[in-house]
Order: sequence, then C-alpha cells, then structure tokens
Amino acid sequence: MHRTGELYGQFETLEQQKDTAQLGMWIFLVTEVLFFGGMFLTYTINRHAFSAAFGIGGNTLDLRLGGLNTVILIMSSLTMAMAVWAAQVGKKKRVTGFLIATLILGGAFLGVKAIEYKQKYDHHLIPGSTFNVTYCVNNPSSCGLAGKQLEDERREIEEAIKAEENENPGSGLIALNAHAQLYFSLYFAMTGLHALHMVIGAGLLLWLIAQSFGGRFGPGYNTPVEVTGLYWHFVDIVWIYLFPLLYLIDRHN
Amino acid sequence: MPKVHYLNASYGLKSWLLTTDHKRIALLYLASVTFFFFIGGLFATMIRIHLLTPGGFLVSPETYNKLFTMHGVTMVFFFLIPSIPAIIGNFLIPIMIGAKDLAFPKLNLLSWYIYIIGGCFVLYSFSTGGLDTGWTFYTPLSSIYSNSAVTPAVIGVFINGFSSILTGLNFLVTIHTMRAPGMTWFRLPLFVWAHYATSIIFVLGTPVIAITLLLAGLERMFHLGFFNPAMGGDPILFQHLFWFYSHPAVYIMILPAMGVISEIIPTFARRPIFGYSFIAGSSIAIAVIGFLVWAHHMFLTGESVYAALAFSLMSYLVAIPSAVKVFNWTSTLYKGSISYDTPMLYALGFIGLFLVGGLTGLFLACLGLDIHLHDTYFVVAHFHYIMVGGAVMGYVGGLHFWWPKITGRMYPEFLARIAAVVLFVGFNLTFFPQFVLGYLGMPRRYHSYPPEFQALNVMSTAGASILALGYLLPMVYLVWSLKYGAIAGPNPWPATGLEWKTASPPPTENFDVTPVVDWEPYDFEHRPDLALEPGIGGLLPAHGDD
Repeated sequence: MHRTGELYGQFETLEQQKDTAQLGMWIFLVTEVLFFGGMFLTYTINRHAFSAAFGIGGNTLDLRLGGLNTVILIMSSLTMAMAVWAAQVGKKKRVTGFLIATLILGGAFLGVKAIEYKQKYDHHLIPGSTFNVTYCVNNPSSCGLAGKQLEDERREIEEAIKAEENENPGSGLIALNAHAQLYFSLYFAMTGLHALHMVIGAGLLLWLIAQSFGGRFGPGYNTPVEVTGLYWHFVDIVWIYLFPLLYLIDRHN
Repeated sequence: MPKVHYLNASYGLKSWLLTTDHKRIALLYLASVTFFFFIGGLFATMIRIHLLTPGGFLVSPETYNKLFTMHGVTMVFFFLIPSIPAIIGNFLIPIMIGAKDLAFPKLNLLSWYIYIIGGCFVLYSFSTGGLDTGWTFYTPLSSIYSNSAVTPAVIGVFINGFSSILTGLNFLVTIHTMRAPGMTWFRLPLFVWAHYATSIIFVLGTPVIAITLLLAGLERMFHLGFFNPAMGGDPILFQHLFWFYSHPAVYIMILPAMGVISEIIPTFARRPIFGYSFIAGSSIAIAVIGFLVWAHHMFLTGESVYAALAFSLMSYLVAIPSAVKVFNWTSTLYKGSISYDTPMLYALGFIGLFLVGGLTGLFLACLGLDIHLHDTYFVVAHFHYIMVGGAVMGYVGGLHFWWPKITGRMYPEFLARIAAVVLFVGFNLTFFPQFVLGYLGMPRRYHSYPPEFQALNVMSTAGASILALGYLLPMVYLVWSLKYGAIAGPNPWPATGLEWKTASPPPTENFDVTPVVDWEPYDFEHRPDLALEPGIGGLLPAHGDD
C-alpha cells in the first residue's frame, strides 16, 4: 500500500488511521491480560496450596529493591504520559526529552532486577539441582544474615517445615524445598516475562526517539507515541500486580 | 478477465514474499496450509492402514503413538485453525466490507511468517523422531516422562499461536474501522460476522494456550514443577488451562465454516437468508458460551460433581445457537429455487454432517453417558464429524465458491460435483463405523484391538481411501483450472456480496472507487443485476463450463 505523507494507503483519513491503531493496541493489551492471566492463575492456586513455602519464598525477596523498582516504573509511566502530552501540544523537543527519560527509567528498572536475580543466584534460590531454601540460614555470613534477623529466619523456616510435615509426615524439609522451588519457578517466569516486555518496550522507545529527533511527532501526527504509551502503561500495571503478589503477601519482617 | 489484477500487478519471488496485499498473503497461506494438510493426511493414512488388522501390522506401538500425535498436532494447529480464516477470510473480509486491505497489512504478512516459523519447529520435531504425547500435550507425560521430541513441537505450537492472535486482532480492528460507507453492522455478510466471532476466540483464547505451553516447555527444559505432581505442581491445572483454549478452538474451526455455508445457501437457493440477525447473533453466542464449557473434557480426570454439572449444562446450551443456524439455513432453502452446484453440494453435506457431529456432542456432554464413551472411538468420530465433516466441508465448499473470484477462472463443474459426492461418501464410510466402534468400547489411541472389531475397522480404512481420492481430485482439477478453466467474469453465480461487484480476479486495491452500500444483504429480489435468465430456474447463467 502506498503512503501519502503520514497516511497509509488502506485508510481514507488520518483520523481513521489513528482510531485503527489505538483499537489495535487495546485489543493487543487484552490478549496480554489473558497471557499473563494464565500465569497469575497458576501462581494463585499454588500460593493457596502451599502458603507456608510461598511465604518463605516471598520473604526472601528484597523489599527495598522491589519498592524502588515500583517507584521507578511509576515515574516512567509519568514521563511516558508527559511525552504523549508534549506531542499533542506540539512541544516537539520535549517529546524527545521525555522519551529518553522513560527509556532511562526503564533501563534502571531492568538494572535493579538484574541485581535481584544475582542475589537469588548467590543465595541458591535458582530452581534446579543447586536449589536450597535453607542455604542462607545455614551459611548466614555469605547472605549477610546475623543477630535477630537470622533468628527470625531460622524460626520461620522451622515453622514452615512443621506446616509441611502435616501433609508430608517425615519429609517436611524436602517438601518445603520442592514447594519453595515452585515459588521461585513462578517468580522467575513472571518477572522474567515482565522484563521481556520491558525490553520490547525499550526497543519501541528507541525507535520513537530516533524518529522524534526530526520533529516528526506533533499535534497532527502522534499515533506511534500514543500507542507505545498504552503498551508502556500496561507493562507498568502488570508490575503493579506482580509486586504485591510476589513481595507483599504474608510479609512479616 | 481484467488486464491488470492482483496476481499480475507485479512479478518475482520478492513481490510475493514481501507483499502486504491481503489477497496474496491469502495465497501464501493456501500453499502452506495445503502442504501441512497433506503431511497430516499422510499420518492419518498410516494410522488407518495400521489398523486394518487387530494386531496392527505397519508400525511399532511407539511409532503408532507418534503417528496419531503428529496427525493431531498438524491438523489442528497448522491446518484446521488457519484454513478458513487465514485463507478465505484473509482474501475476502476486506473486499466484503469494501476496504482496500486489512487494517494492518504488514502485521498480516508477519502472521504468515510466524506461522511458517512455528511450522518449521514442528517439522523439525517430526524429522528428529516425532513426539508421542497426543496433540493435547498433557503433563507430566509431555514435560517429564516422554522421551520424544516434545520441546521443538511445543515451541512450534507456541510460536504459531501468535500468528492466530495477530490474525484475529487484524480482523477485529478491520471489521470495526474499515467498513465502506453504508456498510452498517447489519449489512455485513454473515461470513464476516462468523469471522468476527472467531476472532474474539483467537484474541481471548490463544494467549492462554501460549502461556500454558510456555510453562510446560519451561518445565521440560529446566525441570521445573508447575504441572508436575512430584514437585507439588498440579497436572489438572494444565488440563484446565489447555482446554480453556482448546475447546473454544473447536469453534475457531467450525464458526468460519458456518460463515461459508451462510453465504452459499442463499446464493443457490436464490432467497434472502432467513433470520439474518439470529444467524449473526448465534455466531457471537457460540463464541461466548464456548468459553464456559471447557471442563467437559475433564469429567473423568477429576473435578467436583457440581463443577461437572455446571459444565455439562453449559455444553448443552451451545446446542441452542448451533440449532438456530441449522434451522435458519433449512428455512432459507424452503421454497427456494435450489440449484445443486458444487458449493451447494458441500453446503448441504455440511448441514447433515454437522447435525450428526453436533448431536453426538450432546451424548458426550451428558455426564452419565460420557463415563461410557470417554476416550473411545465415539469421541474420535464425533469430533471428526465436526472438524472434517463440518470445517473441512465448509473449507472445500468455500474454496469452490470463491475460486472464480480468487483465480478469475471456473473449476470444471462436473468433476467437482463428483468429487463432492466422493468426499461425502468416503467421509461417512470412514467415520460412521467409528461411532459404533466407540459405543462397543474400542478405546482411542490404541495400536491394537480385539478381533471382533476388525470388520468395522476395515470399513473405516476403506472409507479413508475413498476420502483420500476425494481430496486429491480437487487438488488436480483446481490446479488444472488455473490455466484451462473457463473465464468466470465478476459474478458467475450470481451472488449478492460486495466481493462480486469487483473484477475477478480483483485489482490490488480491490475496488477502482470505494463502493457505497445502499442495499440490504442477500437481497435477491431488489437487485435487477442479479436476475437469472427466465426458464433456467436457478441454473447457472452461461459461463461456458458445461
């Protein structure tokens, strides 16, 4: 199809083109809701079935880093919304600025996430043959645990083992390890898939930034910025659900 | 034929592989879907040959498991699901609503590439030993215990899902925003309504199987425990998630075929369709209710009696919109001047076979009866009546109906009628004995059977060979017609849709000027341009094929 200015050949008017792009993105986001939904359901059912093990899992996550990332993402949604606004009112230079700010915040989120993943690796919490939920209480120095914090963690793990014994007499620790592993399998699947969406979003931002240098986006034509904005906000909202589900339920330290 | 049309507007491999024209993409799909159809058909042939004797004499039990798995995976994900939507729907939806193309032409091409990439993974799995899990990929067999090439197949089906999602998305947006002036919602052809309903399922269902297969694939690759009971995971959860998509997927296969039938019947009965809004609404109803019945596949694998009761009831409810369609089609036929051209033969065949397939579905939705029939050949026969008797009949019928539009040439009518009859006979001979076999207790997916079942199995295999002939015939004469078929002209039947107002084959932009619609759908009475020559009474106007 030929393109006349910003109007693609299959459309009659720019307005029709914009409506079409927006509807397309909204429908895509609906598919994303169902895509993440299957995983959220799997998580919820297992959380209900193995609340003790999942409580232990959730407690090992770093609340400060998770909280920091939540703030970063909300900020990035703000800058994204500002980029859309700047395009709509024709402040073409600011469009670029806000898009770059959004990209930086998105990159910061991924950086913090990488630190968290590294921590899980060091603490033997990656699902697989080396997984050991009691690694930190047995090697407190390598996890930086000491004093009252260490005592608390020990007590919690003992309580969780006891809870698992009810279902699995004589093999509470094995069961706890298996079920905590299930928690971390879901943790990595959910946050990993979310991070993948962030990376795709960052790619879209780069593409927008490259075009915005020429002052392409203004009041007359800003559909790509708006549509990418919708996607970006959606990815943020997924995190807004992931954060309490993974970090906050049953938190007691 | 017009001098310049979409087929000769540009030349060279690149003009096809990088095309964004929905009509050319439809033909890319036609070639690749046909390829997969013959792969899947090859497996089916081997299954039927193997079952000629009670012990089975062609392949080992392990290979037999792989054969029916690969048959199912190929036919469901790479033939049935894309067949009508991605080929006929892709070609027709923009033309039927008076648009120049789909809303997102590049995305449409991307869908085809995704389909091809997914297909390559699956073919890689087949060529490195194949897989033996059944097309349902039940865990923990698929994720832990199977020693076959499950991983590439799961990846392939996962990737292919995005092709469905993007096609559905494209259709939904196109139908919403790309309609020509005057093409209101209730002037849309019922084919478009059927694809709207199908697209809803594409968009809402496919992501769920994508994430489910992703989790199962991760479980297999990294030994995780999402669905592995040994590690606390829940295999029943996998089944719930799997069927949440895969039952609605049945309606992905049958709804577009119903759309095809709704176009063919009024055209060859020369009457406006009876109950337009009910047929349109019943498509949506089937799509919606179809999402609430999934656990009827699991009556015997563990769910509460109350859940089973609810799912049984909801399954019965699907019969209502399905029956609405059948009654409306038959009412359209009443006092029509019916002609038995090839597409009409397929449409009438569809109604009969769909009726059998649908009613036997009610047997299976019945909680008590399902205990007896579950996992027997009765189930196999039931869904083949829907998928082959329904969906494939609709697909082949639609291909004939729109062949003149797609290629500009007529197929040979006499041969085509013979092929339609051969298909109908072959189909029934293949699958009706399987109802009996299943009722007598022959389980599905077994490589051998007690000797008393041999007669019925031999009948089924004999039918399959007739069926194969029925598929090969159109392959031959449709290809033949590309060069030697009579010139069709813009409206050979004649029919009422917008697609018949443009040239055959259509120009790249579909219409020279954007059409303005000021007539109601299927209105044969007030369209003097569609009047048949007096005295012929419903037979074709002369287009020189007989």
